[in-house]
Amino acid sequence: MNTAKPASGTDVRGDVHTPATPLVYLASEPYYHATGDELDVFEAAAKSCLPVMLKGPTGCGKTRFVEHMAWRLKRPLVTVACHDDLTTADLVGRYLIVGDETVWMDGPLTAAVRAGAICYLDEIVEARKDTTVVIHPLTDSRRALPVEKRGEYIEAPPDFMLVISYNPGYQSVLKEMKPSTRQRFVALDFDYPEADTEARIVAHEGGVDDTTAQKLVKLGGLTRKLKGAGLDEGAGTRLLVHAAQLIARGMTPAIACTAAIARPLADETDTRDALDDLIAAVF
Amino acid sequence: MSERKLFAHELEARLDELLLLSLRQRSAAEPAALLEALPRELQERVLHWAGVAAQTSDDLGWLIASLAATQAAGLGAQLDDWVRAGLDAYDRSGLAATRKALNEFTEASKASALRSQDSVAFGAIEGRLSRFLHALDGRALRLVSGPKAWTDTETLWLPERLDAAADAAGNRRLYKAMAALLWAQTRFGSFNVDPEPELEQWPDRERALAWFAVFEAMRLEACIAVELPGLALEIAGLRGPWPAELAAAAAKLAEPDATVADSLACMAALREIGVSPAPTLPHIGALDPVAARRVRAARITRELAIVRRALNVIAAADTKAGAAENSDYPPLAAEGEMQVPDPQADLLALPPAAREAAKSLMQDLGEIPPEALHPAGPGAWQPVDGINESGAVSVTTQPDAFYDEWDYRRASWRHDWCHLYEMEARAGDPEWVDEVRTRHAHLIRSIRRRFEALRGEDKPLKRQFDGEEIDLDAQVEARADRKSGSEPSPRLFIHRRRIERSLAVMFMVDMSGSTKGWVNDAERESLVLLCEAIEALGDSYAIYGFSGWTRTHCDIYPVKRFSDRYDTATRSRIAGIEAKDYTRMGVAVRHLSGLLMRQNTRHKLLVTLSDGRPDDFSDEYRGRYGIEDTRHALLEAREKGIRSYCVTIDRHGADYLPQLYGPAHYSVIDDAKKLPQKIAEIYRKLTG
Repeated sequence: MNTAKPASGTDVRGDVHTPATPLVYLASEPYYHATGDELDVFEAAAKSCLPVMLKGPTGCGKTRFVEHMAWRLKRPLVTVACHDDLTTADLVGRYLIVGDETVWMDGPLTAAVRAGAICYLDEIVEARKDTTVVIHPLTDSRRALPVEKRGEYIEAPPDFMLVISYNPGYQSVLKEMKPSTRQRFVALDFDYPEADTEARIVAHEGGVDDTTAQKLVKLGGLTRKLKGAGLDEGAGTRLLVHAAQLIARGMTPAIACTAAIARPLADETDTRDALDDLIAAVF
Repeated sequence: MSERKLFAHELEARLDELLLLSLRQRSAAEPAALLEALPRELQERVLHWAGVAAQTSDDLGWLIASLAATQAAGLGAQLDDWVRAGLDAYDRSGLAATRKALNEFTEASKASALRSQDSVAFGAIEGRLSRFLHALDGRALRLVSGPKAWTDTETLWLPERLDAAADAAGNRRLYKAMAALLWAQTRFGSFNVDPEPELEQWPDRERALAWFAVFEAMRLEACIAVELPGLALEIAGLRGPWPAELAAAAAKLAEPDATVADSLACMAALREIGVSPAPTLPHIGALDPVAARRVRAARITRELAIVRRALNVIAAADTKAGAAENSDYPPLAAEGEMQVPDPQADLLALPPAAREAAKSLMQDLGEIPPEALHPAGPGAWQPVDGINESGAVSVTTQPDAFYDEWDYRRASWRHDWCHLYEMEARAGDPEWVDEVRTRHAHLIRSIRRRFEALRGEDKPLKRQFDGEEIDLDAQVEARADRKSGSEPSPRLFIHRRRIERSLAVMFMVDMSGSTKGWVNDAERESLVLLCEAIEALGDSYAIYGFSGWTRTHCDIYPVKRFSDRYDTATRSRIAGIEAKDYTRMGVAVRHLSGLLMRQNTRHKLLVTLSDGRPDDFSDEYRGRYGIEDTRHALLEAREKGIRSYCVTIDRHGADYLPQLYGPAHYSVIDDAKKLPQKIAEIYRKLTG
């Protein structure tokens, strides 16, 4: 990723401590191949100050899409990978002790609100349930972030935008999003691209010729049919790109695909062997 | 045990005693004479198994004893497996099947002694191959083993074992090549043209079919090469170069637009020149066009009906709502590589089941026949069930699941022994629950209060390196330390950690006939109190009743599923719990622990409410057999990470409980009336 500008948060109060902020300014265009009207919808949502939810299986380009849009809209980007111990303080900020003083440090969400950035909460369902509630006031007409510990109420500038992603393919009931959260977002569905498009993406990103890319995509398609029959999820475009990159480094396709596709996907012997057979069949 | 062999008269006496032969006017003299030659250890094994089998049926015991007498010497250490195979066959299909299975086992074991180390069994490669086939394009195929390799376009048969290649890897490759060619027959239309006119011209049908298979293999290999070049190379490597006189045909059939008609043309050409026997290649399976085309025709009829019906519904919806398209479903064209004509626009909107049918039709016919696109008069969309190829069995007579049962005497499973039905739980009188809640209002209040204290809450952890808040005490200390010149602690924060009760509980309620009366009332009241308590805690929980009548009627009654709320409907189902038949517990434990495993919680708990030991209609399950089976089921559950606990009302004491649940994993309540008072406390202790 191309980070350019050294970061500095917008101080509204003077006593805000801003260490290396998570703001990323994208200087060059992140490669993204549109497959539908997602660019237009996102842009319109951004102009209307609406939050956006990206749904889709893993490795189909959600994160790349957000990076691309941040570049296109010329806004800084803050990415938070959500995990099951992510607390409100991790998002909003906390006091630190420096010498005998307490110093407030903005969390990534607060930093994004202050800077008018795009805040991207990746895999939001992984976060603790109570954490997701802090985004509620930012996602309706209030568009504000109350920072309780400082008694501060930060109104979001028009450039601030909240984007979340989630993977509906996970079966767990616990990882469902509550309707009260879901219904605040404009939603975009992501899926693996059509074979031709995907081949072009793999060729471009992985640095391989078209024929190899097509074969990788063919293989990817075959593994996706194993979803539910040995695999939880087929190979995403990301895995195909990884394999392509290994091939571009001079590895044989069989070794590259085994290492980058078959092994990450499966542990169970039968499935692993079947994946090896598929690799051997395609190349 | 003494080392001395038993003499024939001793063996005869023991067999007589085990099998009650004299009553049945049979004589054990002959088997006894044969057994006399065996070493003592083997003699004892045979006697042991004869006894075990006799517990199931005297005839079975006799069969085992008499066959073992002739075969035990050859079987040696395999005797135990041999008997188990026989008992298994008896469970499935009776005495005649047992004799057959036992003889087959002996044959197979003799054959395997001769067999090379390098052969590969179908069972060893089935999982891998079926996943491989599943990933390939086209209609889903079933994979089974059979005497020869062939396909009827829905099922692939592959040989039981392959040893044609020099090593195991080669045999595995051979299996894969065989399966791939059969898959290609269904995928690339080997049965789309009727070959009979050509086949009839041949004097020898066998030979004609063999040639047909060879030409098709040539064509299909080229089809495979387009999409899966690696696989085609592997097949080519297996077969070696085509014979010189066939090279021209191979080249012609490898052209991209070659179809099965070209293969038939090759056959006609060959017939003109004069026919030699077809080359035999190990990876080419057999063709049975008659059977395959019959299956294909039935499928086409079925799928046409599905597609037409679905289109009917869409047409009806269109006229009603005027909706031009239905974008809920991704377009059919997703299968981009499939060389099919553009699917007609209407098909884009089909529901998934019908879309599968449409795809399958395109595979068979190359297009959706126009007549399918004209809705066939009024008629509503029916789910596919009704036109199942099996000839439509009514759903209620089909068990929801089959479970194995553990037979301790055999020390092995009885396969698919228990037939489990999930029945609808009867709704009772909801007012009964209200009455219980009023009667126990005080108790419920105090239970709720105690349970609320257990609820998962934020627990502040003081003096942490990192946290949401500053720990003022630690800060003051650190400052004092610094002033006094000692090193201050860096642990200055409070971290709030949420203690989550990640717990799912399954209550398994005994609905056997013996619970009738007081016990049943006590169970129901206890469940009401438990629900009140657990609602306060927020744990996820489910209540299932179980009862049954022999192994073919094991019933499960979902009173409250994990997803159900504790609402009026659930309450009236609790009120509706009634005493029914018997308690075959093992199967219930297996089924319910399976349901429990689907819960995504850290802890899983299976609580049984019962009034006594496992029991069933037949004498068999009563006593040790039932206890051992239940114990085995509970052990299986424990291996999956489920803790089990039993609350039992058993006035006769419960000597079997420690054996089933382990010490300290059960409570015995001697008076049913006390159960409601105690149950909540038991639960609190269990999960606190």
